[in-house]
This record gives sequence, C-alpha cells and structure tokens, in this order.
Amino acid sequence: MSRTFVGMPPFPTAAREALADTQLRHNLAHATGVIRAKRAALVEEQGEVWEPLRLAGAAVKQRALDDLATHLLTLEEQLTSAGATVHWARDAAEASQVVLDVARAHDVDEVVKVKSMVTAEIGLNEHLEAHGVAAWETDLAELIVQLAGDLPSHILVPAIHRNRAEVREIFLREMASAGRPAPADLTDEPAVLAAAAREHLREKFLRAKVGVSGANFAIAETGSLVVVESEGNGRMCLTLPEVLVSVVGIEKVVPTWAELDPLMRLLPRSSTGERMNPYTSVWSGVREGDGPQEVHVVLLDNGRTRALADQVGRQALRCIRCSACLNVCPVYERTGGHAYGSVYPGPIGAILNPLLHGQGDPQTDSLPYASSLCGACFEACPVRIDIPEVLVHLRTQVVDAHRSDRVPKAEAAAMRATAWAFSDASRLGLVERAAGLSGRVLGRLTRSTLPGGRAALGRLPGPGAAWTTARDLPAPPPESFRAWWARTDGGREDGS
Amino acid sequence: MSAREEILGRVRAALADVAPATEPVVGPLAVEPTDAERLDLFVERVADYRAVVERVAEADLAAHVASLFAPGDRVVVPPGLPEDLVAALAHPVADNALGAADLDAADAVVTTAAVGIAETGTIVLDHGPGQGRRALTLVPDRHVCVVRAEQVVADVPQAVTRLAAAVRSGQPLTWISGPSATSDIELDRVEGVHGPRALHVVLVD
Ligand code: SF4
Repeated sequence: MSRTFVGMPPFPTAAREALADTQLRHNLAHATGVIRAKRAALVEEQGEVWEPLRLAGAAVKQRALDDLATHLLTLEEQLTSAGATVHWARDAAEASQVVLDVARAHDVDEVVKVKSMVTAEIGLNEHLEAHGVAAWETDLAELIVQLAGDLPSHILVPAIHRNRAEVREIFLREMASAGRPAPADLTDEPAVLAAAAREHLREKFLRAKVGVSGANFAIAETGSLVVVESEGNGRMCLTLPEVLVSVVGIEKVVPTWAELDPLMRLLPRSSTGERMNPYTSVWSGVREGDGPQEVHVVLLDNGRTRALADQVGRQALRCIRCSACLNVCPVYERTGGHAYGSVYPGPIGAILNPLLHGQGDPQTDSLPYASSLCGACFEACPVRIDIPEVLVHLRTQVVDAHRSDRVPKAEAAAMRATAWAFSDASRLGLVERAAGLSGRVLGRLTRSTLPGGRAALGRLPGPGAAWTTARDLPAPPPESFRAWWARTDGGREDGS
Repeated sequence: MSAREEILGRVRAALADVAPATEPVVGPLAVEPTDAERLDLFVERVADYRAVVERVAEADLAAHVASLFAPGDRVVVPPGLPEDLVAALAHPVADNALGAADLDAADAVVTTAAVGIAETGTIVLDHGPGQGRRALTLVPDRHVCVVRAEQVVADVPQAVTRLAAAVRSGQPLTWISGPSATSDIELDRVEGVHGPRALHVVLVD
C-alpha cells in the first residue's frame, strides 16, 4: 500500500515532469499563497518582537546542538526516571526494528500513527507491513496519501496535490479494504469528507493497543515530549493505546522547559499561520492512571551526527519542520514536493538530505542546485537557518566529489536548463511543449499506470536505461494544459 | 559498541570545535496588558477559533453550566470538579475508569483548566483535580471548560512559567486552541475532526 521515495530520478528530471502537471501547479500556488498571507499577517502583528523571537528560537536550538551529548544524557535520565524505556538507534533499520519488536511483544497486527516525518524518513510503515503489522496513518492528509498509495508532497499539507473530487474517489474506493467503508452518499464537501475520516479512524483509535508518534520537541530538563497538531488524531494516538513508541531525532532536544517558549511562539505562526495550533500535547514518560502505561522513546541518529560534523551545514539541524521555507520558495511553488525525491522537500530538503546522506547519489547530489539562491527561505525561517549559505557550501562539496568524473554529469547540464526554464513563463511553455513531444514518443513504450491514473513508462532507451530498469517513470502528457488552451482558445474552438 | 555509545561518541567528535553556551535563552517579552485588556483579549481570541465563549459571574456559574446541556445529556465529570457544578447537572457520569467506548457514548465533558492564554486564545489543562485524565477531554464530542479570571495570563512566556511546576512534577499538559480542525483538503478549514467538535469556554470573573 505504501510507497517510498527510493529510486526517484534526480531533481531536474522529476521537476520537469511536475512542471507539466498544471493541476499540481495550480494547487500549490493556491496553497502556498494562502499560507504565506496568513503567516505574513501574524508576523506583522508581532511587530518588533518578531525578529528578537527568531533570534531566541535560533539560539535555543543552537544551544541544544552545541552541547548535544550532555542534553541527550539528561533527556535519557529524566525519561527513564519517569518510567519510559529509552532506545538508541544508529540508523533507520535499527529504529524500525525497535518499533517492530514492541509491536511483536504485544502480539498486535496493527499500530496507529501520528503524522511524523521521522517515521517516514526511516520507512517505518514499510518495515512494519513487511512483517505483517499494519501501520495506520491517522492525520487526514496522511490518510488520503496512504489510501491512494501516494507520496506526500508538502510537509504540512501532504495531500495538497489532490483536490476534493479525487479525495472523495479515493475514500469511496479504498476505505472499505482498510476498515470502515466510506458512506455511499459521500459528497466532495471537505466537512463531509472529514466526517467520513472521523468515523473511519475512530474504530481504529478505540481498539488500538500500540500507538506510534514522533515529537516536535524533547525537553531534556523534564524528560517531556511535545507533539503539536490540529486534528486531535495525535491526542488519540498518544492517549488511548496502552503502549506508545515515539521516534525522536536527536536534534529535537530543547535544554529546558522555559526554552520551549520562543519555539511555541514561532512554530504555529510559521507553519499553519495561526497564533496557536488547536492541540499541543506534553507528556513525561508514564503517568499512572492516565494514558499509555508502557512508553518507549527511540533516539535516532540516521545521519544527524554526519550533519552535525559539517561546520557550515550543522545549522540545518535547528529546523523545526514548519514548512515556511517551502511556502516562500519560487522553485518549490512550481515543482511541488515530489520532485525533491525525499520526505524532506523544498529548501530545507535541498540541504538536509545531502547533509544526512553525503555525496555520491545522483538524486541527492542534484538537490543543492534546486534553488535560485534568492534568499526568501532564510528570511522566512523562524530559526534563521541560512539555507542559501548551506546550498552554496554543498554545491562545492558536490563539485569536489565529482572532480574525478571523466564525463560531465548529465544533471549539471539539466540543472542549468531547469534554472533557465523557471526564469520566464514563455520559456516554461517551451519546456512543456518539449516534455509533451518526448512524452508522445516515449508514450509508445508505456507499460503501466501510476497511482492517480497517469501513464508510466517502461524501460527507457539510452542513458535513461539505468534507472528505469527497476522503476517506473511517469510519462509526460502529450500536450500541456497551457498548449491546449492556446490551441483551442480555452476549449471554445473544437480542438478535441 | 552499543548504539548509545556510538551515537554519543559521534556527537562528541562532531562538536570537537564547538564551545557550548551554558545560559538558558530567554525569549523577548511584550508589553504587559491591564487586567481588563487581558480578559477581553482572551474572550476575543477564543472566539476567533470559532469556539463558544461566555463570561459568567461566580454566583451564576453552576446554573449556567447546567443550562448548556439538554435534559438527557450524559455529562462526564472528572474527580475534583467543584461539587456545586456536579450537583447542578441532570446526568453526571463520574469517571471511575471509564473505557474508551463509555467515553465515546457520553455526550459531553465538563472540566476546569490550569491556565488561559489571552494572546493566543488557548486553554491549558495540566490534568490536575477537576480536569481529569487526558482521554476525558478528548473522546466526548463536546467539551465545556471553566476558566477563572485569575488563571488567564497575557501570553505564552507567562503560561510556560506558570506551568513549570506541573511539568516538573510529571503531569501531562494539553494545550487547546479552539475545536479540533483540519485544512487538509484544498486548504478549506473544517472544524471538528477527532477531538471534540464543540468547545465551550466559560470565563468566570
Ligand atoms: S528550514 Fe526553517 S523555514 Fe524551513 S522548515 Fe525548517 S524551520 Fe521551517
């Protein structure tokens, strides 16, 4: 049911395909525009406090990272004395295995999950599913993505690439096989769709024995985890199951309780553009008679210490995953999240993925080039991560890593072409037409269909062969919407 | 080497060039509002989230809370809820380890709160007496929350200070800003997903 980003083509290739998808471009422009405006209004309301607040937020996270070993040990000690079991995981496989072992110890074949980027990063759902444990996503957008067998495209609104009619279809088609079916008279009203999700998930919440979460913050001083959310699915997963496992990246540490203050002022404003998100849960280990009586916390490295060793790049670990940098990014607004080939898309993904994984993989190596270095992300970032500075730094690393290559990398040329296409609408039209042209040629090789009904290509000839032997590449549509509009005068002339 | 030792070793090696700052960071503070401004702002901001909010005098509180329910409503009451509030209800359901299904079958829950935050329109429960364990204010579809004027602070930094003792003693917190909500479908805001679909805040002053 679930898909992963493994094997995505490098950014320029994936971006060109995304650019040709006008529905996606429309949804993204709308979403990022709306959130941008809400955030801007709240930043203005904060007036002179906003910049000092950003400085404080950056300082808290930087202070936590600068003495990370000390804070991690305090966190471990506090969690343990509060009745939690602390596990350490070097990588994705170790972390996933801890969760699987807990599920097995309780003999369950399902767990309920709170939306968490780190569990997506480690491929937890796939690991659990491969061993017979269903992992139910309970955030509405994650549910849509999971039921559709899709990939998330935005940190905050992962299903932003789906419109309401598609969501209705997905619910009608897929809910029955995952549990309580959607009502037959389901309409495409968002309120009606949300009510269907409530009914579908409630039976899972009420019976689940094991819950799985991430955490937005881990407060060392008090051994408290913090989850920030909107729908209440988080509270359900954190409160109703008997057993709770939380996977927490080691960079989530906040030294003291009082230092949560600037972060709780920055995160909701930067993320959903609200003064405060509907629900925030804080818990410290086991509370007798309230909530899970068996609590596990998995402290995860998975490349974070690699990033920490990079003197310029380590600031990226301050990230609180608010997605403000995505919403202001001109490249992201056009390509969407899938093109970045990772759970961490947008400007932060363009630096975080190479920092976590290092150089060598063409997909990851292409990411530092997915930017015009305009600096909007730095200005928006609540913890003042200088993303352009890190991008430039990483580009030099990529160049250095490829110095010995005899043949110039295809993506170097493609990246220049992509940057050129982004810069001008008429050029974008040219790229769309070119993509459509090759799409028509490549369409003859069509082998299968991707989720969403888009045609997929089989094995590509020539240089593309290496990465299409094992995976599907979506075929570009034969004609872009913009080209169709121009040819038929918006459908008024019969162009079929 | 254990994963723990290896990770801590990698962290220390990565930070060999860094001299850590030891002083905790203090966020910037805003101008302190007057009492009247603070309470007015709280009411305005709670209403902003499309929660129902009312101001009631102490003497009228029990009768007012009772009037919020239909005659047949089963209303969950946590241990420690003031007795006059419980006595005024037609069908109070005491929480003696109610199961999730029992809570699902209830119509509403009445609780007190620990802190109200004016600037953000937030109520915070520390799940002490009168507030119940976390599931009580989660599963029933309607939450009526009684907040006292002296519990309302101006902003988040003040709230964090007030809540420090509860967190240090191991109590969980639930911060609530309006009813549960989602904007996941075309960014259209829908109130009421998994948490209570109706939040009713009664400010006593
Ligand atoms: S890099 Fe900054 S703006 Fe981007 S998601 Fe992280 S915290 Fe938010």
